[in-house]
Amino acid sequence: MSWFHRPATDTQITHGNRLWLYVVAAVIMLLLVIPTFIVIPMSFSDSQYLEFPPSVWSMRWYEEYLGSTKWMRATTTSFKVGFLTMLLATPLGTMAAYSLFVSRHRANRAIFLLLITPMIVPVILIAIGTFYVYGRVGLNNTITGLVLAHSALAIPLVIIVVTAGLRSYDLSQEEVARSLGASRVKAFFLITLPQIRFSVITAALLSFLTSFDEVIVAIFVSGGANATLTKHMFAALRDYIDPTIAAISTIMVILSSALLLLTQFLGSKGAKKR
Amino acid sequence: MDTLAPDQTRADAHENEAELTRQHAREQWSLLSLVIPALLTIAFVVLLPVSWLFYLSFTGDDGGFSLENYQRMVEYKSYYRIFITTFQVSILTTLICIALGYPLSFFLAQLPPRWAGFFMLAVLLPFWTSLLVRTYAWLVLLQRQGLLNELAMHIGFWSEPVKLVHKMTGTLIGMAHIMLPFLVLPLYSAMSKIDKDMMHAASNLGANPVRAFWSVYFPLSLPGMVAGSLIVFILCLGFYVTPAVLGGGRVIMVSNQITAILENQFDWGAASALGVVLLVATILILYLAARFFKFDAALFGRN
Repeated sequence: MSWFHRPATDTQITHGNRLWLYVVAAVIMLLLVIPTFIVIPMSFSDSQYLEFPPSVWSMRWYEEYLGSTKWMRATTTSFKVGFLTMLLATPLGTMAAYSLFVSRHRANRAIFLLLITPMIVPVILIAIGTFYVYGRVGLNNTITGLVLAHSALAIPLVIIVVTAGLRSYDLSQEEVARSLGASRVKAFFLITLPQIRFSVITAALLSFLTSFDEVIVAIFVSGGANATLTKHMFAALRDYIDPTIAAISTIMVILSSALLLLTQFLGSKGAKKR
Repeated sequence: MDTLAPDQTRADAHENEAELTRQHAREQWSLLSLVIPALLTIAFVVLLPVSWLFYLSFTGDDGGFSLENYQRMVEYKSYYRIFITTFQVSILTTLICIALGYPLSFFLAQLPPRWAGFFMLAVLLPFWTSLLVRTYAWLVLLQRQGLLNELAMHIGFWSEPVKLVHKMTGTLIGMAHIMLPFLVLPLYSAMSKIDKDMMHAASNLGANPVRAFWSVYFPLSLPGMVAGSLIVFILCLGFYVTPAVLGGGRVIMVSNQITAILENQFDWGAASALGVVLLVATILILYLAARFFKFDAALFGRN
């Protein structure tokens, strides 16, 4: 019996009956993936106009990017802010997730709702609101202000990822450690944290990326010498099409794909261990 | 043997119990204090600024309480058009996402886990890639000399280059591409939890595959689809970047109007009022949906 006539599930459907589904799914997946990666070949074009496929290949837009003070400074800012956001949001979010998971407090549900407001409130509101408040306290165009805002956006993600990790971990192990005399802090760091470390690392990478890719808050709150990569890119996209963006986009696509594959790898390692 | 008086033991037990309760309460409070740093950050960046905007939206030119910002919204036709556009774009994007996301999720849910994980990368890679980069890619793909026009002319769909970008079409294509993973992820998770025996039972009882799908599988996948659609719809309402770039000034959604008001007129009251309306609409939809479908478990991943 060929694959075509073999049943696809335990019902009567064969792979042949289902061919349409495979074709439709393949087309949709291509539609999802191609626009994500199309910037890579585009960035090696020699033309002023964005063309695909490029008629002449060159590295000229990468040279342009690497030679520009504006883009280099923005890249440094974006990496710095992303890194600091990761360092702030990960511990804060992990602490909150642990607290909400372990304690049985009446207020927990309300607290959880407050903690995920950054996901519910439209980002434009957060952007103009922080711009207004930062204007009063002098945080506009500062790294500190941007890191705080991006951390608030990242904390709900950290909480969700770490909570999922805690859920698949048996908390009684920590109780055993405590009944043997370890303090809660010691039990957390020695027993719980190592077991949920894959979730925590995923959460950290996610918070870096949240900050690195964030556009709207950065447009309002960052500026001057501390403008981010995304702020400059957005301005460039709106006003004129500068092929340098294709080179920068390529770097961003490769960075996020690498981080995603890293989390997938960590995830499968974490699953195997269990 | 000398035993303690019964009264004495009972008093000790009471004291012990009280002490334990106190300790428990102390422990609960100290655990709760762990959320304070996260809460403070969010209060400073989200709650305080949004409350301030709320206040500004009810403040008139003279500094006193006034409803003029909201009144203008009802009186001016341009505001009406912006709300219509926002809802139109959000509804259409959600429908496109359902049309594409349902078959894709179904396909993924039918695969053995190992293959599902592999093909899932097609959903996760765009999901993790910057929205700005993907919007830019569509800007290039959809332009007059872009890949899509050339491909369509090559196949023979149309003979002249068609204008796709800087209008509604391009905006919808770009937004659907960005939003699709938000629908597929919850829908796939709901579908993969559907008990396979249900379908066996249906076919055992004589349902043909089509009948079994519509009367058993589809209803069971509905909560995941509703949750996913809701996420997509809510996120669409507040979209800014994609309509700004792919709409080319012709697709003005609420967020775009808010920035335009601030850039051109520097009118904080008007911008805040629009923002408050957007926020209230978002919360109202979430609230109603939670009432009707009871799925905050699916939305927030809580059991």
